Amino acid sequence: MTGGEGDTTTGALGFPEPGPPRFASVAEVREKLDASGYLADDGIAGVVHLADRLAKPVLVEGPAGTGKTELAKAVSRITDSRLIRLQCYEGLDESKALYEWNYRKQLLRIQAQQLVDEPELDVPATTGRPRTWKALEEDIFSEPFLLTRPLLEAIRCTDPVVLLIDEVDRVELETEALLLEVLSDYQVSIPELGTVRAERIPMVFLTSNNTRELSEALKRRCLYLHLDYPSLERERAIVRTRVPGISDELADQVARIVRSLRTLELKKYPSVSETLDWARTLVVLGVQSIDAEQAKATLHVLLKYRSDLERAAKELSVAESSGSSAL
Amino acid sequence: MLDVLTGFVTELRAAGLPVSMTEAVDAAEAVHHIPLEDRQALKYALAATMVKSSAHWKAFDTAFEVYFAIRPPGATAEETGAAYGDEQGADGDEMAELSGAGRGRGGAGGQALSAEELAEMLFRALKSANDAQMAALARQAVTRYAGMEPGRPVGGTYYLYRTLRNLDLDGLLRRLMEAARQEAGGVLTPLEERLATDEFRSRLDRLRRELEDEIRRRLVADRGAEALARSVRKPLPEEVDFMHATREELAALRRAIHPLTRKLAVRLARKRRHGRKGPLDFRSTVRHSLSTGGVPVDPKFRYPRPAKPEIFVVADISGSVASFARFTLHLVYAISSQFSKVRSFVFIDGIDEVTRFFDGVDDVAEALHRINTEADVVWVDGHSDYGHALTVFWERWGEEITPRTSVLLLGDARNNYHASQAWVVQELRHRARHVYWLNPEPRAYWGTGDSIVGEYAVHCDSVVECRNLRQLEQFVSELT
Repeated sequence: MTGGEGDTTTGALGFPEPGPPRFASVAEVREKLDASGYLADDGIAGVVHLADRLAKPVLVEGPAGTGKTELAKAVSRITDSRLIRLQCYEGLDESKALYEWNYRKQLLRIQAQQLVDEPELDVPATTGRPRTWKALEEDIFSEPFLLTRPLLEAIRCTDPVVLLIDEVDRVELETEALLLEVLSDYQVSIPELGTVRAERIPMVFLTSNNTRELSEALKRRCLYLHLDYPSLERERAIVRTRVPGISDELADQVARIVRSLRTLELKKYPSVSETLDWARTLVVLGVQSIDAEQAKATLHVLLKYRSDLERAAKELSVAESSGSSAL
Repeated sequence: MLDVLTGFVTELRAAGLPVSMTEAVDAAEAVHHIPLEDRQALKYALAATMVKSSAHWKAFDTAFEVYFAIRPPGATAEETGAAYGDEQGADGDEMAELSGAGRGRGGAGGQALSAEELAEMLFRALKSANDAQMAALARQAVTRYAGMEPGRPVGGTYYLYRTLRNLDLDGLLRRLMEAARQEAGGVLTPLEERLATDEFRSRLDRLRRELEDEIRRRLVADRGAEALARSVRKPLPEEVDFMHATREELAALRRAIHPLTRKLAVRLARKRRHGRKGPLDFRSTVRHSLSTGGVPVDPKFRYPRPAKPEIFVVADISGSVASFARFTLHLVYAISSQFSKVRSFVFIDGIDEVTRFFDGVDDVAEALHRINTEADVVWVDGHSDYGHALTVFWERWGEEITPRTSVLLLGDARNNYHASQAWVVQELRHRARHVYWLNPEPRAYWGTGDSIVGEYAVHCDSVVECRNLRQLEQFVSELT
């Protein structure tokens, strides 16, 4: 089970050797991400590049709807890798995240042993009739009885893989520890089988909505990327690439209005995905250029709280009075 | 490079960022993989490896700008100005004009540009969003207005203030809006007005950052990175003292409160679900036993009924602790969904219940404003009188306190030498479940001068020093 990494996991400084680089430079990462429809800025591209070179996982944190999960998907697209996703939730345990013994099959195996005289099992491990307990134990704790879960699967996979551990802040503090071995050494220890090492170090993305502080141990093993709401220019570009048929003028207006909304004190700020939804709505409605009335009528696509809606509607027209007083 | 990096790591640690040994090693490793001449890439590489919380980004940013500052090429300010003018002279007509003026007057030994010229060009640069020119003008402005003195041990805020005062950004904003209106043919719709204002504001912000950077660059050139880093170091957001926060810090704290309450709510919900189990759930146990052939292998338990404590918050809102009390009210109301009943009272020397201001109001800020203007909290002279406030509290609302109630008292207990009436707190303690006192003063000052927190403390379950977000968060998590 030990992969080809055995001799190269530790480099001169004690780092895992990352293997052949996936990207030549930061600029290349950026171009490829752009081409795949994910508009990265320098920070994002730089961190992805580093993650590849240092063979470290990336912890992506930021408000909801700023493209955290999308980043992992985009990277898997541009590296032609399979995306393995582990959605975290409360109560996630190792039988769901790492591996599980297929106990039904194991039971069946034991019963078959008792019943059938000449068993024709598809278990290749033994000559067909293990008589001793020890032989049986070795038999039922072997690979055919192992159910791999996302983490183990990502480690064992020989094809290029991007592992996405989504919303890692949802698991309990204790469960976080499950991830540590995988994230730092890219290996999984199974007591009955031994240690499974990664054939090829996968790229790993962890996302977090910051509902709780992650443990120091986890943070230390990761590169940190904070994805905030994009700048005006970037948001405009995103709207233009992701919404077909939008005019430059409308995209500009959309981005500017959203920026203004984000300066207000709202319960929930409009996210990038909501901006896109709004832009699509406007395109479907055939709007060429937004005026205050249209904006107010469609604001509910952007804002999801009644109080936010009221406040935004008020603010967008309040500028009138403050403006006229400036006159 | 390694020397610079170690110095930088030391500075980050001194600023309070928890940079571990492995992270520093990662940073050193990361530096190998990026082109060193690319300053932005270096910045992101260092941030990705060493800064693991978005709240620490600002502290990192400041330290980075100081340690890896671009040294201005010229030795004196005038030469610098002229050199920059030359460099960017090809930037179009306006730039040529700028550098021409710079050189002409620079040669004559006087100022680079007159005040009016500078203001006019700044206006034009802002209007056309010409970043390169804005940066050049920022340099000119710093040269002209900041009046920097070599060797003076300041952090640069003073210089920034002087420059900004002379530039009159509000006036610029007005002029820009005026110009925008004229372009649109006289009148802008409210929406356009709003958008234009925001656009110009963001450009002015950029100008302000340019000025800050420029001042910092000159300070670094003057005094060296380490000396400057010490004087520009600021406390991390979670350690900002409530009582001494600047206006920007206060705004940042207010924004931080919201995620904090969300975190607390999540933690509370989790604690309930995973805490002590309730009685056996017979139905569920039998249902689950079917998969094991009717043998109840895995007993199921009911979830315990959540205990929802009532909270009475009694807050001093006199001038000395006002900002602190506001924060705590903010916080208490944000988590009020977790409690069956939260009632709040504010006092200076009189006391008033303010629960009604929060009822059905979505916007806490507005409620706070109403409290400050409408609540009846002044009895005689508007100086804190804990004794009187507590007595009235006991007379009017004492009856409503039950064994399920927790009472939170907020204040510095600086009583202006009035009577303490500590018996009220004693009575409260008898009747209520808990009595806590949150004091926003440093522990070292307790009991000095007119502070009588000690007299109340003997009757409280605990008296907690609560000066920053970290301490507040800790208290609330222990409370629940």
